[in-house]
Formats: sequence, structure tokens, C-alpha cells
Amino acid sequence: MKVAVCLKRVPDTTTKIVIGSDGKSIDENGVKFVPNPYDEYALEEAIALKERAGAGETVVYSLGGDSSQETIRTALAMGIDRGVLLQGAGSADGFEVAKTFAAELKGGGFDLVLFGKLAVDDYNMQVGPMTAELLGVPCITTVAHLTLANGAIEAEREIEGGIEVCTCSMPAVLTIDKGLNTPRLPSLKGIMAAKKKPLEVRPVHVGVGTLMVSSLTLPPERLAGRIVGEGPDAVPALVSLLRTEAKVL
Amino acid sequence: MKDELREAVRALCRKYPDEYWRGLDERRAYPEAFVAELTRSGYLGCLIPEEYGGAGLGLRDASVVLEEINRSGGSAAACHAQMYTMGTLLRHGSEEQKRRYLPGIARGELRLQAFAVTEPDAGSDTTQISTTAVRQGDRYVVNGKKIFISRVQHSDLMILLARTTPIEQVKKRTDGLSVFLVDIREAGERMRVQPVATMINHETNELFFDGLEVPVENRIGEEGKGFGYILGGMNVERILLASESIGDALYFVDRATEYSRQRIVFGRPIGQNQGVQFPIARAYVATQGAMALRDNAASLYDAGQLPGAEANMCKYLASEAAWEAANAAMNTFGGYGLAVEFGIERKFRESRLYLVAPIANNLILCYVGEHVLHLPRSY
Ligand SMILES: Cc1cc2nc3c(=O)[nH]c(=O)nc-3n(C[C@H](O)[C@H](O)[C@H](O)COP(=O)(O)OP(=O)(O)OC[C@H]3O[C@@H](n4cnc5c(N)ncnc54)[C@H](O)[C@@H]3O)c2cc1C
Repeated sequence: MKVAVCLKRVPDTTTKIVIGSDGKSIDENGVKFVPNPYDEYALEEAIALKERAGAGETVVYSLGGDSSQETIRTALAMGIDRGVLLQGAGSADGFEVAKTFAAELKGGGFDLVLFGKLAVDDYNMQVGPMTAELLGVPCITTVAHLTLANGAIEAEREIEGGIEVCTCSMPAVLTIDKGLNTPRLPSLKGIMAAKKKPLEVRPVHVGVGTLMVSSLTLPPERLAGRIVGEGPDAVPALVSLLRTEAKVL
Repeated sequence: MKDELREAVRALCRKYPDEYWRGLDERRAYPEAFVAELTRSGYLGCLIPEEYGGAGLGLRDASVVLEEINRSGGSAAACHAQMYTMGTLLRHGSEEQKRRYLPGIARGELRLQAFAVTEPDAGSDTTQISTTAVRQGDRYVVNGKKIFISRVQHSDLMILLARTTPIEQVKKRTDGLSVFLVDIREAGERMRVQPVATMINHETNELFFDGLEVPVENRIGEEGKGFGYILGGMNVERILLASESIGDALYFVDRATEYSRQRIVFGRPIGQNQGVQFPIARAYVATQGAMALRDNAASLYDAGQLPGAEANMCKYLASEAAWEAANAAMNTFGGYGLAVEFGIERKFRESRLYLVAPIANNLILCYVGEHVLHLPRSY
């Protein structure tokens, strides 16, 4: 069982985001970065699949600057065997990112390539399926339950109001939803072992593509609540405010 | 290493939020699940050299582990001793003893987290202990009593300090004391364990020895040299417990800062008042000082020195900073500081311990007066 996981370094979801002076990127100063949470489910699944198979290899790929090495090390500390940093600036165009991954993964002999279902920083949900297409293999997205038997994949997807069961053969690309597993925390032994695991750095050139981010804005700040009055007497005032000010009635 | 380690311990602690610790405190229960996970993840064996199955880390790294546990709102006191009690064995035990015990301790299968020094009639004056171990053939027979001996009910092994030569017969009062590795599982009726109820959720006990037999091969190091062995281990203990106090202090500063930003009284956040802000800031400054001294002490120890003064002083500064921060947080939270649900009162009680244990802060000043400032011995 040979499994690749594509991992993205993203700002911690609890970080306070500040927009950069160009108005279309995040100011990275003082921002804490973490592995994309959905990718953590993918990492866990890769490690567990290899453990269950009793043999094989797990490889983590990440596209980004040198700081992504730290993110890769976290994956190695969880138990992934080796890492590859595709060193270069990413692109807002998911197709360009997919082309970069596909070029690297082609000929790698992977039975499975796993992605998180989306990256929490840009919510694009594109790179996984596009990579599958470029590799010419099937893709099942938002996998919430997975069974493998005799080279065949059966995956459950939680769709609106129900569960869809899909099957395909290996090799394949899967994008992983939360709930598939509980990602393990790196143990102390894992952290120490990660330092000795191979982490290869391969410079790549990612095309600009045809899609650009033109601006970023923060959501409007939530205003403090207001107490209109007390008891039944306050109801007319409240209703009137909900109608005229909040415009929700 | 420090940053990755910090992140990893933080991630583990996030699984054990305030409610977990509050529940344990209410039931006076041992944090089984937390300790099991910490053990499984290898943190409690971090100071054991790799050749004996541990991670072979230094004190600087170990400090980070305990600091983060306490900063998260938890209490490392339930298990911190598993990390360092083995130090006496590691530094002074025979190769055979080390091979026999350390791998099991590293895996957490053997819990060596009880350390029996304090006695009711000796207190801080350790050399005056009256528990005796008398050699009879291939065993020692132990009689006497100890108090405040923690985690005995959650340990398989215990380090015991006892007098092997009566104090009247030794040249120096520090001579004639010996260290033993007691197998609690085999002690039976010869060692009675009487829990001491305290204001915190911390298993601690009175021990009564009535002819407890300890095989000679369980003596650590030479007979009569035990006091020196114990003192060496105390440097480590002080640096590590200072780290817990630093964690406590940062917990209080974190919570007080957050609360003082959100709590609106007189039409503004209370944190806008210097009367609220300054005590928190002062506690933070004190904590930074304690951290610098702790880092220095730990680095010296990792470099092979015996930083007695630094270890003592960082324990002093850290426990005082934690207590200052505890009071600042209590005041910041107003009435809610006393409300159990907010967690502050529990940590307030827990952080208070370190002003007196494992050594009372006055005794640290005694030490500094005598050994650093070369004033006449005052105690
Ligand atoms: C919860 C808890 C857990 C503990 N766990 C352990 C354990 O696992 N193993 C263990 O061996 N011990 C343990 N202890 C004991 C602890 O180390 C002692 O309580 C501590 O060393 C102080 O001893 P004492 O309580 O006898 O105080 P005393 O020695 O009676 O001192 C009382 C007060 O007098 C002051 N004082 C005494 N002499 C002087 C002097 N000459 N100059 C100035 N001031 C002085 C002290 O500073 C202190 O404030 C624990 C204690 C507690 C409360």
C-alpha cells in the first residue's frame, strides 16, 4: 500500500487575520500556521492504511516556501515515512497547483493519493479533483467512510439528507472529510524520529494561471448587543428595531 | 525541539479541558486518562536515556512539558514525579538496577513516582529524620513514619530516605542516611498508607513503617551517602516544579487578560483600569524573570553542572510569580473568581502548594543567605 498525502500549510483558524498592504493577501506577521485540518484526516488515514496493510510507504507532499518544512515535519512526527517539499510560491489558480502535484505524483506508483476535502484558507475544493483528472484516475470527494478490498474502494459521502456510497478501483484520488477518523497526535518518539526521516526539497515553478485574487476584505465586525428594555413592555420597541434597524422581520 | 514539543503537548492538553480537571477536583479523582495518554506519548520517560528506552532529552525540554500542562489549566502534580524520581536511580544506581527498572519506568509499566523524605518530627530539617533502616543479613528493616508522601497509591516503586547510622554516631549530620528503592506492591502490612486530605486534589499520605523489609540489592549507591544523592535530585525537582509554577502563572495571566478585556463594568472593559491591568502586568513581568532564571538553571544542568543556587532561586521566583498571578486573576474575576465553574479558584488552590513544597521558600532564602551570600547559617 503506497499512499501519498498532499498537505497545505494554512493559518490557524483561531488566528486573528490581518490583510496585507496589497489588499489581497494575508499579512503573515505573527500568524500561527498549522497543517490544514482536513489534511490531518488524510494523514491519519494514510498512516492507518499502511498499518493495516502491514507494509508499504506513506509520503507527504507540500507546495510552499521553506516554512512548509515545519508542517511536513508535523506529518512525519505523526508517522508518515518521508516528505517532499515542492518549493515554490503557490498560485490562486487551483489548476496550476494541481498541475504541479500531478507532475510530481505521476510515476510515483501510488495506490492512493489523499487530499483534505478543502483548504480552510481558500475554500476552493479544486486541487484534489483536478489532480485526479490530470493523473487520469478516478476521484471520490468528501469521503467520510472508507473500505478497501481487493484493489477496490468503497467510500461513503455524507450528502444533503443522506449517505451516498461510491466505488472505484485503485489507483485513485480521495478527498477526505472530517469524521473519517480521529487524527493521532505526534508522540514524543514520533517527534524525535521525524528529525531523522528524509525530507526532500524540490524547487518547482508554479504557473500564474488564469485566475487572480483581486481583493480580500474581513467580514464586518459584529456589534455589541443592546438591551432594549425589560419585560413585556419592551416587546414593541424590540419588534420595531428588528424591523427598522436589523431588518430581519 | 522546544517549539515542536510545546505544540505537541499543547495539542494533547487541549483534549483535557477545564471541565475534565474540574470534574476530577470535585470527585477527588486521579487523572487516569490524562496520565495514560501522557505516558503512552512518551513524555514521562523523556529524561530517561535512550539506551534505557527513554527519549534522552534534557531538562530544558522536560520543563516545557510540565509548563504546558499547567498552563493549559491542568495539574502535572499527579504525574510529574514519574519524570524525575528515577534520577536518583539513574545517577547513583548500579548498572544492574538501571537495566532492571529504567526500561519499565520509561514505558510507564513501572510507576516510580513516590519519593519519601518528609517526616512529621523533622519537617524542613531533613537530616533529623527518625525513620531507620537497620541491616540484618541481606535485608534492611525499616521502622518509622513519613508524611505528605504523594502518589503512593498510584506507584509501584518508591524512593525512601532513611537513617542507617544513628545521628549520634556520625561526624556530620548529613552522613548516615541511605536511599532505598521500595517495592510498594510487596510491602503489604509492613507499610501502612494513611491518606492525608488536603485542600487540593492531590493524593498524599502518611506512611507508617513497621518492620518493612527491603532487600540489600534495593539500596541505591553506598550506605550512608544518601543525603547527597537526594540533594542532587532536588535540583532537577526544583527546576521542573518551577516550570509548573511558570505554567500556573501564565495560565492566570492568560485567563485574567482575556477576562479583563471582555468584562464591561462602568461602561468599559475592566482591563482598561490600571488598578486591574497593573497587577496582571506585574505578575507577567515576574513570570518572565522566573522563566529566564529557570532556562538558565536548566541549561546549566544540561551542560553537566550542578546549579544548586539557580535551581533554588528559580523555584522561589516561579512559585512567588504564580501566587502573585493567582491573586491578580482572583481580583480580576471578582466574584466569578470564587465560582467553581470558572476554574480560577481551583488553580488558585493548586498553585499555593509550591510556596511550601517541595521546599518552603523561607528555606530557599536560608540557602541563598548561607551559600551564595556567605552569611552565617541561620537554620
Ligand atoms: C500536598 C503536599 C505534597 C507533598 N509531597 C511530598 C512528597 O511527595 N514527598 C516528600 O518527601 N514531601 C512532600 N511534601 C512535604 C513538603 O516537602 C514539606 O511540607 C515542606 O518541605 C515543608 O516542611 P513542613 O511542612 O514540615 O514545614 P516546616 O518545616 O514545619 O516549616 C513550617 C514553616 O516554617 C518555616 N521555617 C522552618 N524553619 C525555618 C527557618 N530556620 N527559618 C525560616 N523559616 C523557617 C518554613 O519556611 C515554613 O513556612 C508535600 C507537602 C504537601 C503539602
